[in-house]
Amino acid sequence: MAGNNPNSTPMNLTLKVWRQKNAKTQGQLVTYNVKEISPDMSFLEMFDVLNEDLLRQGQEPVAFDHDCREGICGMCSMYINGRAHGPEKGTTTCQLHMRKFKDGDTIVVEPWRANAFTVHKDLSTDRSALDRIQQAGGYVSVNTGGVPDANEIPIPKPIADKAFDAATCIQCGACVAACKNASAMLFLSAKVSQLALLPQGKVERKTRVENMLAQHDAEGFGSCTNIGACAAECPVGISLDNIAMLNREYISAKATSDNIG
Amino acid sequence: MILDAKIPDGPIAEKWEKHKFNVKLVNPANKRKYDIIIVGSGLAGASAAATLAELGYNVKVFCFQDSARRAHSIAAQGGINAAKNYQNDGDSVYRLFYDTVKGGDYRAREANVYRLAQVSVNIIDQCVAQGVPFAREYGGLLANRSFGGAQVSRTFYARGQTGQQLLLGAYSALNRQIAYGKVQMFPRTEMLDLVMVDGKARGIVTRHLVTGHIESHSAHAVVLATGGYGNVFYLSTNAMGSNTTAIWRAYKKGAFFGNPCFTQIHPTCIPVSGEYQSKLTLMSESLRNDGRVWVPKAKGDKRVPRDIPEAERDYFLERKYPAFGNLVPRDVASRNAKLACDEGRGVGSTGLAVYLDFADAIKRDGLDKVSQKYGNLFEMYAKITGEDPYQSPMRIYPAVHYTMGGLWVDYNLMTTIPGLYAAGEANFSDHGANRLGASALMQGLADGYFVLPYTIGDYLAQNPGPKISTDHPAFKESETNVRATIQKLLSINGTKTVDEFHKELGLLMWDYCGMARNAEGLQFAKDKIKALREEFWRNVKLYGENEDMNQTIEKAGRVADFLELGELMVTDALHRNESCGGHFREEYQTPENEALRDDTNFAYVAAWEYTGPNSEARLNKEPLEFENVKLTQRSYK
Ligand SMILES: Cc1cc2nc3c(=O)[nH]c(=O)nc-3n(C[C@H](O)[C@H](O)[C@H](O)COP(=O)(O)OP(=O)(O)OC[C@H]3O[C@@H](n4cnc5c(N)ncnc54)[C@H](O)[C@@H]3O)c2cc1C
Ligand code: SF4
Ligand code: FES
Repeated sequence: MAGNNPNSTPMNLTLKVWRQKNAKTQGQLVTYNVKEISPDMSFLEMFDVLNEDLLRQGQEPVAFDHDCREGICGMCSMYINGRAHGPEKGTTTCQLHMRKFKDGDTIVVEPWRANAFTVHKDLSTDRSALDRIQQAGGYVSVNTGGVPDANEIPIPKPIADKAFDAATCIQCGACVAACKNASAMLFLSAKVSQLALLPQGKVERKTRVENMLAQHDAEGFGSCTNIGACAAECPVGISLDNIAMLNREYISAKATSDNIG
Repeated sequence: MILDAKIPDGPIAEKWEKHKFNVKLVNPANKRKYDIIIVGSGLAGASAAATLAELGYNVKVFCFQDSARRAHSIAAQGGINAAKNYQNDGDSVYRLFYDTVKGGDYRAREANVYRLAQVSVNIIDQCVAQGVPFAREYGGLLANRSFGGAQVSRTFYARGQTGQQLLLGAYSALNRQIAYGKVQMFPRTEMLDLVMVDGKARGIVTRHLVTGHIESHSAHAVVLATGGYGNVFYLSTNAMGSNTTAIWRAYKKGAFFGNPCFTQIHPTCIPVSGEYQSKLTLMSESLRNDGRVWVPKAKGDKRVPRDIPEAERDYFLERKYPAFGNLVPRDVASRNAKLACDEGRGVGSTGLAVYLDFADAIKRDGLDKVSQKYGNLFEMYAKITGEDPYQSPMRIYPAVHYTMGGLWVDYNLMTTIPGLYAAGEANFSDHGANRLGASALMQGLADGYFVLPYTIGDYLAQNPGPKISTDHPAFKESETNVRATIQKLLSINGTKTVDEFHKELGLLMWDYCGMARNAEGLQFAKDKIKALREEFWRNVKLYGENEDMNQTIEKAGRVADFLELGELMVTDALHRNESCGGHFREEYQTPENEALRDDTNFAYVAAWEYTGPNSEARLNKEPLEFENVKLTQRSYK
């Protein structure tokens, strides 16, 4: 309506959607047709339409994760036509719009698949392993209060900018879903780099990288063989440089560990 | 009943220091004997949880998302205020305090606002220590920008992702305490009831969103940091799951609800594009630093923007408010956009939009500089609308964004239920009738890092009662009620989906309790909402069973509460026979269409008390006294 989009003719689409009752059962692709889809809709709004239709017909709506619908919370997570978050580069599922598809298309939608992520139901998966990696060291150990004035820690702008780039990871797990080893190395490296670059994070850099990596492996994520599929699918453009930095951090931690005894 | 806000005595600048000295302390060894429940892991919840755990309390945190880091605070874009005066442009604690009281159109409590301004400086220090990557100048020091309602540059920011970076700071502090075993985290777990024993808040009942498991949790104090209820309007800039359930169920257990009708409509959002629209996207207020708002001078001018010559454009904010220009507070900017559209000068195919134009900024500063400041926002705009804002102006329209109303709290952030606290957007807050940009993040973190840790300690030091088992009959009764309500919803098996009800409610709220309100419309909406609620409980359609991941149950519970809250909002708006801030009653305006306050009769917080399912809420008042800021007609001219 309001979109001054030249291509605003509604589309009819065929969806093949992964349906799985819970973690214990097998799933399968089920075919649905959706009609009158506006190109201005988001991918999730298209799913809203499908779910309302299903519900009205007395069928079970598709479970999927989402919240902000602005590309920032990292909750949405659909594997669309063989790609994490779908065909558009640098875009989360919720920010993917239907104008990227054509009338008559068939779209296959599956959940994230990885050893460390189990399916809760349909398109919703358990990504709590990523939280546990953060808990293993993704922080600067300061308590509230008793910290120096903010401007007593000057940080060169280029360093601050680089740390910022790494800090924008939304913890969606697309990198894991895209990786044939199901490795979470891009995600992990983003946190390690952010904190290793900043003076505040340098104090604990050695234990941090060791502990986070150990947790990563313990969660059953695969190892990184430098394929780069992760960075290609990352919706916020986390760069492979972070993995290189992580490797350097790890090697230097091993060589000069702060651990006494 | 006249409410006592427990404001400490003494001059305003000394109240908080004095209070901190006077509060009772729990000795370090005793802290581990106390359990605290925090519902919500946004800025307010996560910061409170981390800090209380650092002090030694046992903390349980709940959120409905799959990770604490996904709380809605993550979406905040523009920035956070603090009275650092790093820019040496005349800022001070007093000025931030003054701007906030004035911006809130004199409906906030002075003592709280002053404290907020005082601790604002500590927030920035804390965040930087955690590694939050705020924007910096080439010299390595922190950068600032300006936001609406202020003439100084006091807003700290992290590109257009300030909320994300602040929340990740609080989330990292929270993670550290989870790793130490001091915080137990319960994601995908929704609070459905508050449990009281001997008149005190002693726990909650939750539903696990994957298994449907209903469970009780007991504690010595409960904090609700569950965010705002803007989704009562269906369309808003809030995340899809944002809801009122936690605070509403606490309201029904006796916590008073403060100023429910005070809603903020944000002027710069991407306009509605169709029926299927599920949410609205904010374009940060920071854009008004460089973007110029305009509509054609002539009605119904359908030319594309670049064909409309300067002389035929009306930069209405600059024209009407030369002192603040495009940076007037949100309520003023929103109302003026609506006015322009009501006059038939709106743009785009619906006529419900105005332009936000960057052509001058690009000419002045170059494309690079503009894209450095706003790149990610421009990209988001292009993704959603399919148009390029570097080429033609953005189309924007006001949308529901924030709720100043919430649970009434005293100076200690305690509700009218002993042991129950509310923090962040969930309380009726320090923003009066209108919140200034970049002040919600400040308030959430102030509450969590610097206020609650003192005030909860004070409560716990004064014998909150023994540990209580969740076998206590009060928990069992509450669990039974929660289960019964879910079963009731599942068994109705009517013909209308939850979303259909939600959309209908949202439209009523937007049309009659939105940017402009009047007595007749409000009365009409009140009757309609009652009827809609009655239909909901007769005709709503859910699917499946409780013991499953069932998103229809989640939605139905939330909308059931919205259907009750909506009526209270309308009641509140109807009773407040004045205009103030975001509450604009058409009957009460100046000849220039500005909000006309009635300080003689309405300089109070309206705190509503639940009186039962079929009876009207009871009004209680907290009179507001202005000893430091003089009550005047707000002017941004
Ligand atoms: C798009 C957008 C941009 C914004 N930009 C700015 C800005 O630039 N500057 C600024 O100052 N403010 C901004 N705001 C406002 C600000 O972001 C919010 O007011 C603030 O983040 C709220 O924080 P909170 O901690 O109170 O709640 P939230 O961050 O909303 O967190 C609520 C928490 O409660 C949990 N929860 C809710 N209900 C339940 C329940 N029943 N059971 C269990 N858990 C529950 C949720 O899971 C979540 O963890 C913006 C808001 C929006 C919508
Ligand atoms: S690195 Fe990118 S893809 Fe991986 S979790 Fe972070 S944002 Fe998602
Ligand atoms: S729903 Fe938040 S990133 Fe997609």
